[in-house]
Amino acid sequence: MALDLTSFWLAISNGELMANTLVKGTLTGLVYGLMALGLSVIFGVVRVVNFAHGEMMVVGMYGAWLLAVHAGLDPLLAMPVMAALLFAGGYLLQRGLINRFVTRPEHVQFLLLVAVAMILANTALMLFGPDARTVQVDYAFDSILVGPLILDLIRIYAAGFAILLTLLLFAFFRFTLTGKAIRAAADNLLGAQVIGLDHQRLYALTFGIGAAAVGAGGCLMLLLIDATPMIASDFTILGFIIVILGGLGSLMGALVGGILIGVSEALAGTLIEPSMKSMVSFGLLILVLLIRPQGLFGRRG
Amino acid sequence: MLEVEALSLFYGDMQALDQVSLTVPERQITAIVGANGAGKTSLIRAIAGIHRPSSGRVRYAGQDITGWPSHRTVNLGIGQVAEGRQLFPTLTVRENLELGAAVPRARQAARRTLDDVLALFPRLAERQTQLAGTLSGGEQQMVAIGRCLMGQPDLIMFDEPSLGLAPAVVQDVFRIIRDLAARGLTLVLVEQNVRASLTLAHQAYVLETGRIVLHGTGADLLADDGVRRAYLGG
Ligand SMILES: Nc1ncnc2c1ncn2[C@@H]1O[C@H](COP(=O)(O)OP(=O)(O)OP(=O)(O)O)[C@@H](O)[C@H]1O
Ligand SMILES: [Mg+2]
Repeated sequence: MALDLTSFWLAISNGELMANTLVKGTLTGLVYGLMALGLSVIFGVVRVVNFAHGEMMVVGMYGAWLLAVHAGLDPLLAMPVMAALLFAGGYLLQRGLINRFVTRPEHVQFLLLVAVAMILANTALMLFGPDARTVQVDYAFDSILVGPLILDLIRIYAAGFAILLTLLLFAFFRFTLTGKAIRAAADNLLGAQVIGLDHQRLYALTFGIGAAAVGAGGCLMLLLIDATPMIASDFTILGFIIVILGGLGSLMGALVGGILIGVSEALAGTLIEPSMKSMVSFGLLILVLLIRPQGLFGRRG
Repeated sequence: MLEVEALSLFYGDMQALDQVSLTVPERQITAIVGANGAGKTSLIRAIAGIHRPSSGRVRYAGQDITGWPSHRTVNLGIGQVAEGRQLFPTLTVRENLELGAAVPRARQAARRTLDDVLALFPRLAERQTQLAGTLSGGEQQMVAIGRCLMGQPDLIMFDEPSLGLAPAVVQDVFRIIRDLAARGLTLVLVEQNVRASLTLAHQAYVLETGRIVLHGTGADLLADDGVRRAYLGG
């Protein structure tokens, strides 16, 4: 495939097109950020890499789809339901399974979570088949004009709720005693035990919160893309890219990383070729790792 | 109030505690003396429920608490000022203190206890919003003690509280320990400053490679030839 340089230069010199692309990318990126936030929180606290993260997002998507088809529920309203369900699932997974593996070698944990991912993805395939599932909301084709910008309402809603949930998460970790206890356990596990924090419970809560975030992210994603079982592993990898870009364990990093990836994907789609977008994300990842190995917001060491 | 009976603890194949038995009477200071690697920290962590003993018993206030996890022992009133302080460096001083009162027994009165602790350590009151990791060693030790007090313990196990501190600050730490004892708290004191801790203690145990080899009053041990040679430099 030869790059079409003429159309590239036409696109890049079109200010309106570029502005719209940037805004669209940012809005999508905010949803990515929420999704990756879950991965980052789980890694930062439990020190376990959730290889089933994209699969959990797909569970959120199918859940929202089922609720839309059978109960006529808007994915935005399905969000609290799916967040609660995934919270419970994540809590039980950590409490019942992963807690028994925290002292095992890392490759055992890796296999455990890959197994969880496979089970989730194959269950989705069995229940829903390989066909794309999508929801129709009545604001699907509405947009608002702000100067030269054409903003799709659906994307604004998705991004708006992503921001809201992200702020809620930040507030939870900053202001509640449980949120502080989770940060404390991440900071110094022995210290947490010394003062009698129940770290197993805190780990389970954290996994639940991470799963809830990605489940809610899935509901929002269903507004933007179709659900298929095949996207699950792509989104697991996308989550990793975002979290490593932003810095492992950093909440702000996950958010900024999400926006960066959203924007770079949108730019790649407009300037080069939509199918090139994941290549651009990987390129960005390698670039950041070369310049700043700990990620944009990561702490050194 | 605290009784340890034939407690053994292993790290893998390595035995750190071998049939340790001791009694910590209420409202007294009990010192535990021993060389590096003798097992003092291991003993404290086994009592606290951070490490699980392989055999033996721990009884506290008439209850068998052997193998209880630390969130239950701390909630019974067994506090600890840990070796190396074990603060949360990226949390503020205030958050560190607040979390000390996260156990159910202390939550209700947390606000009042915080006022008491800040009155006890005025330096910390000035530094509440500072990250704990940015404090000096002495200040960090004050946070560690304050955080422990936030849990409203009846018993506090001090593990090397004066280690690495400037002489003036060491004096402060010992003054605080005396104050806490005077308030009626039960204390276990592990200190590399053996002379000071035996002088303070009502009774003491000597631990050698995981075994109790000597027990007596603080004065007895201060006068003991073996103790003088091994721990007091002659
Ligand atoms: N988590 C651990 N895993 C394996 N071995 C350990 C662990 N903690 C301590 N040990 C070993 O157990 C023995 C007792 O250690 P412990 O820390 O209890 O001694 P200590 O009397 O507190 O020494 P110190 O004066 O150096 O603090 C030592 O040989 C030590 O190397
Ligand atoms: Mg020690």
